[in-house]
Amino acid sequence: MNAPASTLLYSGSDWNFDTLQRIYDACETIAIGELDLNVYPNRIEVITSEQMLDAYASTGMPIFYKHWSFGKQFLANDLLYRKGLRGLAYELVINSDPCISYVMEENSATMQTLVIAHAAFGHNHFFKNNYVFRQWTDAEGILDYLEFARHYIARCEERHGQAEVERVLDSAHALMQQGIHRYPRAAPLNLNAERRREEERRAYEESNYNALWRTLPNKKPTHRESRDMRQKSLGLPQENLLYFLEKSAPRLRGWQREILRIVRLIAQYFYPQRQTKVMNEGCAVWVHYNILKRLHETGQITEGAFLEFLHSHSNVLYQPTYDSGHYSGHNPYALGFGIMEDIERICRDPSDEDRRWFAEFAGCGDPLNVLKDAWANYRDESFIAQFLSPHLIRKWRLFKLDDREKDDEVEVAAIHDEQGYQEIRRTLARHHDVAGIDPDIQIVDVDFDSDRKLMLEHNVRDRVLLQREEARQVLQHLADLWGYQVILTEVDAADRKTLNSYAIDPRPGIFY
Amino acid sequence: MHIIDRRLNPRGKSLVNRQRFLRRARDSVRGAVRDSLTSRKIREVESEGEVSIKTGGINEPTFRRDSHSGNRDHVLPGNRVFRTGDRIKRPPGGSGGGGDEAGTGDGEDEFRFVLSREEFLDLFLEDLELPDLAKRRLTGSDSFDIRRAGYTTSGSPSSLSVPRTMRNAMSRRLALRRPTTAEIEELEKDIARLEAKTRPTEKDRATLDALRERLVVLNRRRTLISYIDPIDLRYRRFEQERRPISQAVIFCLMDVSGSMNEHMKELAKIFFILLYLFVTRCYRHVEIVFIRHTDSAQEVDEETFFYSTETGGTRVSSALEEMLAVVKDRYSPLDWNIYLAQASDGDNFTRDNPQTTALMRDEILPIVQYAAYLEVSNPPSSGVTGEERATNLWQAYAEIGGSGGKFAMRRVHSRKDIYPVFRDLFSRRSATARAS
Repeated sequence: MNAPASTLLYSGSDWNFDTLQRIYDACETIAIGELDLNVYPNRIEVITSEQMLDAYASTGMPIFYKHWSFGKQFLANDLLYRKGLRGLAYELVINSDPCISYVMEENSATMQTLVIAHAAFGHNHFFKNNYVFRQWTDAEGILDYLEFARHYIARCEERHGQAEVERVLDSAHALMQQGIHRYPRAAPLNLNAERRREEERRAYEESNYNALWRTLPNKKPTHRESRDMRQKSLGLPQENLLYFLEKSAPRLRGWQREILRIVRLIAQYFYPQRQTKVMNEGCAVWVHYNILKRLHETGQITEGAFLEFLHSHSNVLYQPTYDSGHYSGHNPYALGFGIMEDIERICRDPSDEDRRWFAEFAGCGDPLNVLKDAWANYRDESFIAQFLSPHLIRKWRLFKLDDREKDDEVEVAAIHDEQGYQEIRRTLARHHDVAGIDPDIQIVDVDFDSDRKLMLEHNVRDRVLLQREEARQVLQHLADLWGYQVILTEVDAADRKTLNSYAIDPRPGIFY
Repeated sequence: MHIIDRRLNPRGKSLVNRQRFLRRARDSVRGAVRDSLTSRKIREVESEGEVSIKTGGINEPTFRRDSHSGNRDHVLPGNRVFRTGDRIKRPPGGSGGGGDEAGTGDGEDEFRFVLSREEFLDLFLEDLELPDLAKRRLTGSDSFDIRRAGYTTSGSPSSLSVPRTMRNAMSRRLALRRPTTAEIEELEKDIARLEAKTRPTEKDRATLDALRERLVVLNRRRTLISYIDPIDLRYRRFEQERRPISQAVIFCLMDVSGSMNEHMKELAKIFFILLYLFVTRCYRHVEIVFIRHTDSAQEVDEETFFYSTETGGTRVSSALEEMLAVVKDRYSPLDWNIYLAQASDGDNFTRDNPQTTALMRDEILPIVQYAAYLEVSNPPSSGVTGEERATNLWQAYAEIGGSGGKFAMRRVHSRKDIYPVFRDLFSRRSATARAS
C-alpha cells in the first residue's frame, strides 16, 4: 500500500525549510490547480511558542501600540499555557496582502502541512473573496497603518506623557465595540456634485417662486423642527460613538481625536472577523481537509501522517452536547465545516427533502462552485439562515429553549421535527448576527442650547438590559471624553417605554 | 511565497505591556504578594509565583447585555428526551443552560497570573520599605568575584602584562638572532676606523666593503624582526568566580506557644525569609532547620513550624539545646557557616533565663556567624506609646548584647521594622569584604 518513497513530501515528524517549501508547493498545486482558490500571495513565518504568546497579546497583529491591557492579556494566556490548561494555536493568520501565516516551530511536519493548507489557503481565500472583508478592510494597507498607529501613539506618549495617553486609550477601548460603522453608507458627495445639486435646488426654487409666500409671518421653528435640524447637521442618530466623539466632541485636542480614530479603525478592521467566524473557520477546515485528503490519495504523505492529521482534525471539530458538562456554546469550526460538508452532500446525493429545501443547487453535482459562492457572498447569519439543513438539525439534535423573565421554567420551543426546523434555523442564525448580539446603542441628541448634554438611547430587545455596573463605567469614560453630562436611556424597542436610565457627569481633571 | 524564520527576533515583545500592567495594578499586586507569602515556603520565595488580584483597577468595561434580565432563547445540540412544549426547571445560575451567553456572565472577580522571580522579589522587598542598596543586594543574581587566571593572548590594553610580554619578545629576538644595538655599533665603529685611514691598503678596502655589506644586512634584519611583535603580547586573564564557595545552615527558632498569634508569626516568617535571601546571596548551598519550642523543643518541617500551634509553657533553653544537638549531629561548625534566627514574643520561665543566657553566650555564639533575636509583638495600640515593658527574655539577652557584634536583637511591631535588624549584618559584611 505504501507509496514509493520518492513521492513522499517528508517522512517522520521533523521538518526543515526545504520540507516546508515542498509542502507548500504540493498544497499550492492542489489548492490553486484543483480547487481553483483565489488567494493573496503568501508569507509564512516560523515563530517560537513565546512569540506566539506575544502575538496573542496584541490581538494577533505583528505590530501594535503599547497598552497595559495587552500585558494583562499576555499574563492571563501565559498562566493558562503554563498550567497546561490551554495549548497554543498551531497557527495564526493575518488578513493582509501578502497574507502572513505564523507557524510554530514545535509543530510536526504533518501539523505544518495542516497549518499551511488551513491558513495559507483556506483563510487566505476567504479573506480575499468574502464580501464583508472586501467591503470593510484594506488588506494591503493594514500593516502600514498599524505601524503608523504605533509610531503615532509612541510620539504622543513622548510629548504628552504616558499617563495622559493611557487615559485616552482606556476610554477609547471601553467604547471600541461602539466604534464601528455597521452599515455601509452613501459615499460622501464630492464638491462638484455638491455644487451641481445646490444649483439645481436654486433653479427649482426660482422656477417655483411665488411672492405670496413672503407675506406669511416668520414663525420660530418648533422644538421638533429645531431638533430635526440639529440632528441632521450632526449626523444623528449615530451608532458609532467613537466616530461621533472624534468629529464632534467639543473639548478634545487634536491628538486625542487621532487616537480615537486609530482605535475605531482597528475595531472596524476586526469587525468582519467577528461576523464571519463560523464561515471563516469552516472554509479553512474544509480546504485543509480536502487538500490533505488529496495529498494522501496521491501518496504524498504516509498513512501515519494522515492518521496524525485526522486526530487533530477531529479534535478541532469536537462539539460537546449541552449536557456533557463541557458545553460552552457552538464550536464554530464544527458548525461551519458541518454545513459545508452537508452542502457537498446535497450537491452530490440529495434526498427528496433536500430537493424541497435547496431547490437551487440540490443535485447540481458541482459543490465547489456552490461553496465558493457561499464563501464570497454570505456572512455567518445569512449563511446559517440559508444553508442549515433539516438533515443537520436532526444529526446534531438541535433544540430551542425559550427562557422568559417571568417564568420559573424554560420551555422547549422547537426540536428536530418538521415544525421545528425553520424556527431553530432562524434562531441559530440570529445568534450569529453580531449586530444582534451587541447592544444597540445610539447617540440621539445633543442639547446645544444649554449645557451640552449628550443623549444616548439603548434600544432594548427582549427586555435584556445592560449590565449595570459596567454600563456605568463605560458611560463614565464616555462622559470624560465628551466633557459634559451624558444621559443614557434604555428604551424598549417594541413599545418605546423607558426601562432604565443613567446620567453621568464627567470627572474633573481627567481630560479637562 | 516566502518563508521567514522569526525565531531569532528579539524576545520579550510583550515586556513593556507587562510592565505597564504591573505598574497599573501595583497596589493590588503588592497586596497579593504579601498574601501569597503565607502560602509560600521560605525556599520558594525565590521562584516565580502565581498571584491573584481583584479586578478592581484593571477591568476593561464594555457595554454588555445583562445575563439575568429579559427574555432569551437558546439553541443547543444533543437533545435526547425533549419534545416541543416540555417545560424544564430553570437550571441554577440563571442563564438557562448556558447557551450563547455562556462566558459573558458577570465576569470573574479574580485575575490570576504568574510573576517572574525578579518581579516577585521586587514587590516583596518594596513592601518592606527596604533601602535601595539593600534591595539591590538581595535581588541581584549571583554575586561573582574576579580572580586572576593565567595569561591570554588577547585583552584590553589595561590588562597588558608588561613583564610577560617583554620576556616573550626577548626570547623571540634571541631565537631569531635579531642584531643587537651593541653589535651594530661595533660594526659602525669598525667601519669608521677603516674609513678614517688616509691610505687604506687593498685588504682594508676589501674588509670595508665586506663590513658595509654586513651592516646593510644587519640593519635590514633589524627592521624585519621587530623589537616587540603582536605575537609577544600577553594579557592578564581574569575569571569570574562565585564566592564564597561554601555552605551555610540557618536555624529558625520560634516560640509556638499559644501566646504567639498570626500577626506575630507572619512577622517571624518575613524575618526568616529575609535572612534566607541574604544568606543565599553569600553561600552556594544553604539549608534551613526549623525548631519550634514550647517548654520542650523539636525539629519540624516548615509546614508544621508555621501552621500548627502547641500548648504549654515556654522554655527557650530547650530550643537552644535542640539546636546544639542538631549541630553536633549534622552540621559541624568546621564545615558549615551557622546562622541563628530566633523569634519569640519574649515569654520565658524566669528560672530558665540563666540557663538560656549561658547556652547562648558560651555554646552558641562561639560557633555561629550571626545570631539574631527578634521579639515580635502586636502593633502598638494607639493610646499606649510609652516605654514598653521589657520582657523576660529581652532582659536576659540584653546582657549578651555587646559581645563580639555577632548578636543582634530587635523589637518589631510591623513589617517595616524588620529590615533594620539586618543593617548590622550588611555593614559587617561589607567591612570584611574590604578587608580581604
